[in-house]
Amino acid sequence: MIAIIDYGAGNIRSVEQALNYLGIEYVLTSDADVIMNADRAILPGVGNFKDAMDNLNRLNLIEPIKAFVKTGRPFLGICLGLQLLFDESEESPGVKGLSLLKGKCFKIPASKEFKVPQIGWNSLNFPKKCELFKGIPEGAYVYFVHSYYLRAEDESVVSATTDYGVKIHAAVSDKNIYACQFHPEKSSAVGLKILENFVNL
Amino acid sequence: MYTKRIIPCLDINNGRVVKGVNFVNLVDAGDPVEQAILYDREGADELVFLDITASSDNRNTVVDMVEAVASKLFIPFTVGGGIRTVDDFKKILRAGADKVAVNSAAIMNPQLISEAADKFGSQCVVVAIDAKRRADGTGWNIYKNGGRVDMGIDAVEWAKKAYSLGAGELLVTSMDHDGAKDGFDNELNKIISDSVNIPVIASGGAGKPEDFYDAFTKGGADACLAASLFHFKELGIMELKDYLHDKGISVRRNAGL
Repeated sequence: MIAIIDYGAGNIRSVEQALNYLGIEYVLTSDADVIMNADRAILPGVGNFKDAMDNLNRLNLIEPIKAFVKTGRPFLGICLGLQLLFDESEESPGVKGLSLLKGKCFKIPASKEFKVPQIGWNSLNFPKKCELFKGIPEGAYVYFVHSYYLRAEDESVVSATTDYGVKIHAAVSDKNIYACQFHPEKSSAVGLKILENFVNL
Repeated sequence: MYTKRIIPCLDINNGRVVKGVNFVNLVDAGDPVEQAILYDREGADELVFLDITASSDNRNTVVDMVEAVASKLFIPFTVGGGIRTVDDFKKILRAGADKVAVNSAAIMNPQLISEAADKFGSQCVVVAIDAKRRADGTGWNIYKNGGRVDMGIDAVEWAKKAYSLGAGELLVTSMDHDGAKDGFDNELNKIISDSVNIPVIASGGAGKPEDFYDAFTKGGADACLAASLFHFKELGIMELKDYLHDKGISVRRNAGL
């Protein structure tokens, strides 16, 4: 069973819909025990870095998430759910992330060509092999909606990048931790394939 | 590479598609879900559903429709038409839409833009602007109530205000060009696009592939919206994207796997 971690994030419904469509069983939960008993967990997320950390804190979910990751079972962060895995974000100075991976999120520099937020489809490059992208060709398009972007400290965890005026670390994988800045649940056939790959890890 | 978006618009009345694609293999041409799935397969980057239901008694039908669409469509979609309050935003977003478009209500109460942006994030607040060139040729005015009422407000000034209040995108429809199939209003779109740092969706006037090319190059548009052109299969989305690609415009062409 997959646990979708429920902390009031905006895209939970879309993630649920995609799993429903794929016929994948899941449980939407903010209960630490349920999360710990799941064989996979998804941390979705749309919104503000501080609000999200506050919510996780209020629901006493920070330690359970860290404990789940330690079990070695597959964990997937989506969008803000990727950013939260790292140390901090320019969006909320002074607020600590989960620090499961090292790195920081920065505001995308706005320009005439690259407006902020990045809203739309952008192509992926794969600097390393990652099971999440099995069967997906380099250059495949996925849907992004974000104003802040990740720069992982250790680039060996970066499994996909995209260009938007700056080079964006669009996905990471490190042992059992997987995360993507884009929205697989909104990325048509390519995105559904990524979710399927996660379930089949 | 970041791509320009092609967005078909579907008119919805009482939960049914009004002007639908005439696909022969459709069981039900008025079913928004079937239409949406076909557009996704054809390579549409997003969809816009414009609810034109006149009676407020039937407003809940749009929420049901959004839920049904969200269960089968895995590209982003926007819902507009008749949105008046933050609570309307909430209902539509909860039902599974990615963005909500507001027009008249935002003109009457601009704080709706900032309230919705604060509550749900700018990325889901699309401000739709219906603009028409003033008789003296000095610029464009915005209209409300589906283009029926001239507000006497300059379109570019309104666009800047909507942006500063927290709109995430602007959907700019040229009333002069709408339906004429003679190209988008690139002058209007360019001025607005240069005045704000958020994406501009050009609408009104699409008739041929060149019109989209011009909208992206001369008009500075980030996305183009069209309705009847796609519905009546006068132009296929993939055909359009192949054309744009050949002309050097970055578009998403590998929709499937």
